Amino acid sequence: QNYPLYIRSVPTENELKFHYTVHTSLDVVDEKISAMGKALVDQRELYLGLLYPTEDYKVYGYVTNSKVKFVMVVDSSNTALRDNEIRSMFRKLHNSYTDIMCNPFYNPGDRIHSRAFDNMVTSMMMQVC
Amino acid sequence: ITEVCGAKRVGYFGPAQFYIALKLIAAAQSGFPVRIESIKNELPLPRFMALKNDSEIRYGNPAELHGVKFQVPHATLEKNSYKRTDEGDKQESKSPPMSPICSPPASPSSYQRTPLSYGYGKSRGGLEQQHGAPYEVRHSTHQQDGPSSGNYGAKSTLTCSTLTRSLSAEREPPDSSAHYADDPWRITEEQRDYYVNQFRSLQPDLNSFISGSVAKNFFTKSKLPIPELSHIWELSDVDCDGALTLAEFCAAFHLVVARKNGYQLPETLPETLLPDYLQAASLKPMHDCALFDSYSESLPGSQQTRDFNRTEKTPAEEVPDKSALIQDANKDDKQVLKTSIAIKPIPKEFQHLTVKTVAQESNALKARPRSRSYSSTSIEDAMKKGEEPPTPPPRPQKSHSRASSLDLNKIFQQNAQAVRSGWLPPPPPALPPRPSITQTEQVSEVELHPQMNRPPSQTEENSSTKKEVVLGQPPSKPVRRKFRPETQALENPELSPTINVTSSLPAVKPHLPVQKQSSKQKRAIQTAIRKNKEANAVLARLNSELQQQLKEVHKERIALETQLEQLRPVTVL
Repeated sequence: QNYPLYIRSVPTENELKFHYTVHTSLDVVDEKISAMGKALVDQRELYLGLLYPTEDYKVYGYVTNSKVKFVMVVDSSNTALRDNEIRSMFRKLHNSYTDIMCNPFYNPGDRIHSRAFDNMVTSMMMQVC
Repeated sequence: ITEVCGAKRVGYFGPAQFYIALKLIAAAQSGFPVRIESIKNELPLPRFMALKNDSEIRYGNPAELHGVKFQVPHATLEKNSYKRTDEGDKQESKSPPMSPICSPPASPSSYQRTPLSYGYGKSRGGLEQQHGAPYEVRHSTHQQDGPSSGNYGAKSTLTCSTLTRSLSAEREPPDSSAHYADDPWRITEEQRDYYVNQFRSLQPDLNSFISGSVAKNFFTKSKLPIPELSHIWELSDVDCDGALTLAEFCAAFHLVVARKNGYQLPETLPETLLPDYLQAASLKPMHDCALFDSYSESLPGSQQTRDFNRTEKTPAEEVPDKSALIQDANKDDKQVLKTSIAIKPIPKEFQHLTVKTVAQESNALKARPRSRSYSSTSIEDAMKKGEEPPTPPPRPQKSHSRASSLDLNKIFQQNAQAVRSGWLPPPPPALPPRPSITQTEQVSEVELHPQMNRPPSQTEENSSTKKEVVLGQPPSKPVRRKFRPETQALENPELSPTINVTSSLPAVKPHLPVQKQSSKQKRAIQTAIRKNKEANAVLARLNSELQQQLKEVHKERIALETQLEQLRPVTVL
């Protein structure tokens, strides 16, 4: 179904454009997952890398073993961002996501309202901007 | 004076520096030259004249300087309206990350003035009733400034934390009563017992975990909305393993209780609810009323540093950094221990002072606004309605503990003489001595008790609490199980409050070497555990999805088989 569990953008203007980008990139993600076929899923393969660079921004994807997708859109002008950093950011996201999972009050599939998750995401974004 | 007492050199006012500084103030006020030798004279106590008049404060005055100094810690400390008490609960995560050491006079003067005037204006009444130690002055402003400086977006500095640490050292006994009186995030003895019993009803083994689903059902009974429960869980499940240890459970329960009583949930776990703090605190009360400042200082000190470390690290890194945190905290314990030894020579004075300051504090407490008023009425009702689990016995005490100082006085007088009807376990020597001038003898008596109780129970508690204290924070499960046999003795002591002694000093000390050795292993184990947990969560979901697919495939198969059946007779014929 691909409905968003959590979506956040900084800065907040042009938010809609980013939302749209994220949504369209989901197709690319799906394509990549299906291409993997029956390959043994492995931590490295969770990171999909640069999905496609368009206009002035890049989109990175990451999918968990339970088919939860993380999509990140960053400004192309931000040349300081290296692949490793993106990977680490996704890893942090994944960790926070598992923490949320551990919370018995969280039903998988709900929107994520966790403050800890919010804080983590904010700090990450601040770090980049 | 700052320079002479050494504060400039070290960069902060530690207890030693502070005492020297105050002595020098007295010297200066008496006309003696400001030199190290002056403190050897028999000096009258420094007078903080400026307190009486706001305008006078503005004049550069050594009193102001010192007032400033302990205003600043309060300004930083009392950001949150919850944190009304002075010592134990310091920098919340809300306070901006601490800037490196700065000497107090350097703090911005603008907001010094306001806290000063406000705080001092209030403290005037208190002061007039007191003759005596500079400590009292400090304490009075300490207290009253608390609520007043709630809105100061302070720049917390290391100075402040050390300063308050030093203050905490002296005032530990009355402050713990203040803690109990004011701090909604601190768990009282009765509450703790209650939580422990509840834990036991869910999970008989105190040293093992309550699983997520069990806890979920339990907390859902409290009728709080699910998002809030979710948040509480996030706060209290420090190691994010989906299960609650005893300490985590107590923290969660406490948060539920607080929320039901109207307190807003904090953004991060208050210091007093940290698992390791709680596990030390299971024996804390004794140590609170200890005259051994080293004890008192080490614990708040270490708690401060832990919290300090906590606030420094971003929430995102919280979990992975916890292992580092423990080690830092333990190292800090060591340092704190060293400084605390310097303070030991002064305990005698403190007996006196604490009693007096306690009296001072009672006046100060009167000045405090807010939560106290509604707490007494609402808490009891809310709790009784809220919790379906057996009627909470400790509720009435909670309201009283929050009540104004007058009640506290009454309580303790009565308890000293007779057990009051509504008051369940009579405050054992474990509870900090409540403020009361008339209670001097009883107080000192009470204070002597813990000292005597401590040696016998030390041996008991040593092994058990040590391990728990250190392993409280991200517990690595295998390691915890190893220590279980040793902690079995812990169950009984936890029940009887009288034996609740924190041998925090010896507990921490001997454990430090052990800690360091196992720290690396722990870290490795913890990272491995994290990875495993991650994988587990992921695998669990995958599993459920696969199961569904399997079901669908089954259905298809059945459909195909029936079709085949139908077709077969045709071919046979």
